[in-house]
Amino acid sequence: MNYFTEVVLSGLTRGSIYALIALGYTMVYGIIELINFAHGEIYMIGAFTALILASVLTIFGFNTIAILFLAGIIAIVYSSMYGYTMEKVAYKPIRNSQRLSALISAIGMSMFLQNYVRIAQTSDFLPFPRIIPRFPWLSALPVSMSSSQFMIFSSTAVVMVLLTLLIKFTKIGKSMRAASQDKIMAKLLGVNVNKVISLTFIIGSATAALGGILISSYTGQINFYIGFLAGIKAFVAAVLGGIGSIPGAVLGSFVLGLTESFGAGYISSDYEDVFAFIILAVILIVKPAGILGKGQIEKV
Amino acid sequence: MTQRLNELRRSLLVSLWFMLLTFPIMVIRVNTITGTVRWRWTNLAVIGIGSFFISVVWRYAMQRKAGEAQAVGILSRVGERVGAGTKKIGAVLDIPKVRTRLVGGLLAAAVAYPFLNSMYHTNIMITALTYVVLGLGLNIIIGLGGMLHIGYAAFYAIGAYSYALLNMYFGINFWLALPIGAALAGLFSLLIGLPQLFGIDMRLQQTTVFVYFIMLAVVILTIFVVHRLENSRIGRQWVAMKEDYIACQAMGVSIAKAKLTALGIGAIWGGLVGVIFAARTTFINPASFTVWESVIILSTVVLGGMGSIPGVFVGALVLMLLPEYLRPFAQYRMLIFGALLVTMMVFRPSGFIKKRRKAYTITEAERQSVIKAELEDDGEVEE
Amino acid sequence: MKRKISRKLLFALLVLAGVALVFAGCAGDEQEIAIGVAGAHSGDLASYGLPSVNAAQLVADQYNENGGVMGRQVRLIVEDDVCQPEIAVNTAAKLVGDDVAGVIGHICSGATRAALGTYVGSEIPVISPSATSPSLTQDGQHPNFFRTIASDDAQARLQVDFVINELGLSQVAVLHDQGDYGRGLAEFARDFIEEESSVEVVMFDGVTPGAVDYSAVINRVAQSGAEVIIYGGYHPEASRLVGQMRDRDMETLLVSGDGVMDDTFIRVAGEAAEGVYATSPMDTSTSAIAIEAAELHRERYGEEPGAFFLNAYAATQALLNAIDVAESTEYADVTAALRNNSVETPLGPISFDERGDATGVGFSMYQVQNGTYVELGN
Repeated sequence: MNYFTEVVLSGLTRGSIYALIALGYTMVYGIIELINFAHGEIYMIGAFTALILASVLTIFGFNTIAILFLAGIIAIVYSSMYGYTMEKVAYKPIRNSQRLSALISAIGMSMFLQNYVRIAQTSDFLPFPRIIPRFPWLSALPVSMSSSQFMIFSSTAVVMVLLTLLIKFTKIGKSMRAASQDKIMAKLLGVNVNKVISLTFIIGSATAALGGILISSYTGQINFYIGFLAGIKAFVAAVLGGIGSIPGAVLGSFVLGLTESFGAGYISSDYEDVFAFIILAVILIVKPAGILGKGQIEKV
Repeated sequence: MTQRLNELRRSLLVSLWFMLLTFPIMVIRVNTITGTVRWRWTNLAVIGIGSFFISVVWRYAMQRKAGEAQAVGILSRVGERVGAGTKKIGAVLDIPKVRTRLVGGLLAAAVAYPFLNSMYHTNIMITALTYVVLGLGLNIIIGLGGMLHIGYAAFYAIGAYSYALLNMYFGINFWLALPIGAALAGLFSLLIGLPQLFGIDMRLQQTTVFVYFIMLAVVILTIFVVHRLENSRIGRQWVAMKEDYIACQAMGVSIAKAKLTALGIGAIWGGLVGVIFAARTTFINPASFTVWESVIILSTVVLGGMGSIPGVFVGALVLMLLPEYLRPFAQYRMLIFGALLVTMMVFRPSGFIKKRRKAYTITEAERQSVIKAELEDDGEVEE
Repeated sequence: MKRKISRKLLFALLVLAGVALVFAGCAGDEQEIAIGVAGAHSGDLASYGLPSVNAAQLVADQYNENGGVMGRQVRLIVEDDVCQPEIAVNTAAKLVGDDVAGVIGHICSGATRAALGTYVGSEIPVISPSATSPSLTQDGQHPNFFRTIASDDAQARLQVDFVINELGLSQVAVLHDQGDYGRGLAEFARDFIEEESSVEVVMFDGVTPGAVDYSAVINRVAQSGAEVIIYGGYHPEASRLVGQMRDRDMETLLVSGDGVMDDTFIRVAGEAAEGVYATSPMDTSTSAIAIEAAELHRERYGEEPGAFFLNAYAATQALLNAIDVAESTEYADVTAALRNNSVETPLGPISFDERGDATGVGFSMYQVQNGTYVELGN
C-alpha cells in the first residue's frame, strides 16, 4: 500500500470522528440557531458513563458481548437525558433573549459539566477498554485498516443515512424542518415546537455519545477534557461545511480531516492545527456561510 | 394550597430526575486496578436534597421573572427589601458629591495600598488589576459591540510575545513603528524598562510597587478612555449595532467599520496588558494563553455586567481575588463559574451591576414649555 | 471649606484603615526558621507536587524532634503554584513576604523560572526537586538556584547513547509534544544525534496534544523508515502514539523520558506499553536512607510515596544541613555551605557544583516488562 492511500485513510478516519460530533452541533444550530458549546461535554459524558458501567459490569462478571451492549446503550440513553435536561435548564428559559446570552449560557454549561465530571470522578487519564473486537477479515483488504477505524467509518455512514431518512421522510423530520424555518408559523400549524427542540437535543446527544464511545475505544484513554478539545474541532468542521446543514457537517468534517492529514503527512504535524484554521479562514472568506450553507436573507 | 402542593410535587420529581441523571457519575467510583466499586450513596442524598431546594428557588425565581410573583412567604419579602435597598443605594450614589468622595476615597486607598500591605498582596492586586483592564478591553467588543469573542487571550498573548521577543532579540526595542499592538507594546515596554534605561537599581519590593503603579495608571487610563468612547459617536454606533443590526445600517452606519473599530480598539488593551504581564513574569509560554484564559476574561465581563464599567471592575476584582484568598475553594472555582454563568444568563443577564444607559427624563413643566413653543412656532408660520 | 476637606480626609482615612485591617497579616514567631515549600499542590499536576510536601514535612519533623536547626524549630510554609508561571510569581512573593530562609521547589520548570526572578532579588536559596530545564543552571542568572535532579540534557544524552550502544540502531525519529519540556528534550536529542556519525535523524516533528487521532504522524514514522522513536513529552500522548502503532502492528521502538515514567502510562497503554524504554532518575530506593524515608512516609501517610519524593527529601536535608553547618540563615553563608558540604541523602551523598547542579545524581534507563518499569542494569 502506498503512502498516499495511507494519508487519505487517516484523513478519512479523522473526518469520520469529527463528523460524529459535528452532526449534533449542526442539528441544534439548524433548529434554534444556538452554538451548543456544551455538546462536546455530552460526548465526554457518554464515554465516561460507558466506561463506568463497563467496569462495574466487568466486576460483576457479565460476558463481553452483554457488557458491550448494556454499557453502550445505557450510556447513549444517559447522554440523551443530559442533553434534554441541559436544554430545559440552560437554553429554554432564554430562548427569546439575545443570542449572546444563550451562547454564554452554553459556555457556562460546558464549564460546569467538565468540572462536575472532574470533581465527581477524576482528573487523571483513564484507560478505555478497546471494546471493539478485532475483525480478522479486515487484514484481507488491500488497505491496512484497524477494526476501530472500520467501526468509526461505518457508524458515521449509518448515522448519517438514518438522520437523512429521519429528516426527509418522517413526520418528526417534517416538524423539525418546519420549526427551523419559522417557529411561530410551525406553532400555528400545530407543531409542538418545544417537543421538537427537545427531540433535536436528544438525537444530537445520542450521536455524540455513540461517537464518544467509539472514539475513546479507538484512542484508548479518556479524561474530563476530551470533549472540549474534540468539540472545538468538530465545531470548526460544522462551520466549514455550513452550520445548520447535515450533509454540510459531514462534508466539512472530511475536508478538515483530509487537510490535517495531508498537512501532517507531507509537511509537518507541528502545524496541523494551523492548516485546519487556514482552510477555515479561506473557505469563510470565499463563502461566508460555509461550503453547503445557505446565505441568509435579511428580513426587515 | 393545592397549587403550592403541586409545586412541591414537581420539585420532588425534579430532584428524583437529577438523582437518576447523576447516578453513574456521582455515585459509582470504580477502582480498575483493585477491581472494586465504591458506592457513594451520600452523594446521591446530597444531590437529591440539593436539587429539591434549588428547584424550589429556581421555580420561584422564574415566576418572579415572569412577573407573576404572588406574595408568597418570606422569600418575596426578602426580595422586596433587597430590591428597595439597592435602589436606595443607587439613589445615594447618584448624588455627585457622594460620587466624587467615593471615587476620591477609592483612589486614595488604591494609592496607599502597596505601602500598607505586603508584597504578596500587592502582587495579587496587580493580577486582579490586569484582569480589570482585560475585562474592560473585552467589554468594548462584547458589551458595547455585541460580538462574542472567545479568543481574547490571543491579543493578550500577542502583546506578551511581542514584548518578550523584541526584548529578547533587540534589547530594549526600537521597532516601534510596527502596527498597533507592537506600538503599544513598545510604549509600555519602555515604561517598564525605565529603571534599566536610567540605571536605577531597584529592589524587588520597589519593582513590585513600581509595576503596581503602572498597572493602576493603566486601569485609570482604560476607564477614562472607555468612558469617553462609550459616549462618543463610535460608541453609540456600537451600541446601535448591538441593539439592532438592520436599523443601524439603515441609519447610515457602516457595520463593517463599526465592527472593526470595536475589535481593534478592544484588542489594544489585551496587547497592552500582555506586555506588562510578560515583563512581570519574565517567563511566558503558550500555556498561559489558553481558551480558558479567554473564558475567564469573558466571565468577568458577563458576571460583572456587560457594558458597565463599574460592573466589569467589580467582576474582575471579585473573580480574581476570591480564589486567591480562598485557596481550598479553588478546586470548585470553574464549577461555580459555570453554574454562575448559566444562572446569570437565565435570571440576570445584565450582571452584578447593570449598565445604566444615558437617559433623559422630560418633566411635565418641560413638556409644557416645548408644546407651548411649538404652538408659538406654528402660530408664526400661520401669520 | 475647611470642614469639607477634613471630612473628605477622614473618609479616605477610614477606607484606608479598613483595607489595612483586612489584610493585616500576623507576624511569624522569631524563634522559628521558616522554610517555603512551593509547587503544584492542586490541579492536573498535583501528583508531581504533593509528595515533596510530605518529604519536606518528614525531614523537618526529624530535625525538630532532635532539637531543631541551630536550636530553632523548623516551620514549613506550603504554597501552591498549580505549575503556572503567573501564579508562581505570586507564590514566590508570598514566601518572600513570610521571610523564609530557603525554598524547596518549585516543581515545574516554567513556574520555577518565573518564580526565580523574585527569589534572586530577595537573596533566598531555592532547591528544586524536579525542575529539569537545563538553562535554569546553565544561563548563570540564578546563583541562588540548586536542584537535586539532573537536567534534561543529561537525559537526552543517555537516550541517544542507549540507542547507539545498547540498541545498535541508526534510523531515529525524534518527536515531541510542542511543550517546553518535551520540545527541549527532543531538541537536545536531535543535536546529540547530529554530532554522531553512526546515527541519523530521519524525522523531527511535533504532535498535537489532545488531537483525536495520531495516524498521520504514525504514517510518516513508518514512511521514514525509523527503527526507533525518541519522544519528548508526557504520558497521555505517548500512550496513544504507542497504542496506535501497536494497533497497526508497527514494531518501532519507543524511547522516552521521565514524563512517561509514570504508572498511569502502563495502566492506560496496557499491553502496548510492554517494551517501552524511559529514562528517569537512578533508582536509589534500595539504599538504607531511602528505605527508611519510604517507611516513614508509609507510617505517617498510610501510602506509598509519590513522584520526586526522594529528590525532595534530599533537597530538604541539604537545605537544613547547610543552615545547620553554616550556623546562619544568611544567604551567603547558606549557599556557601550548600556548595562546600556533602550530605548523606536517599540519593546518595550529594553536594552542589558552582552552577547549582547536584553532583552524584543521574539518570538510568528503564523498560516496561510485564507491566512494571524495570531499571536496566549498567
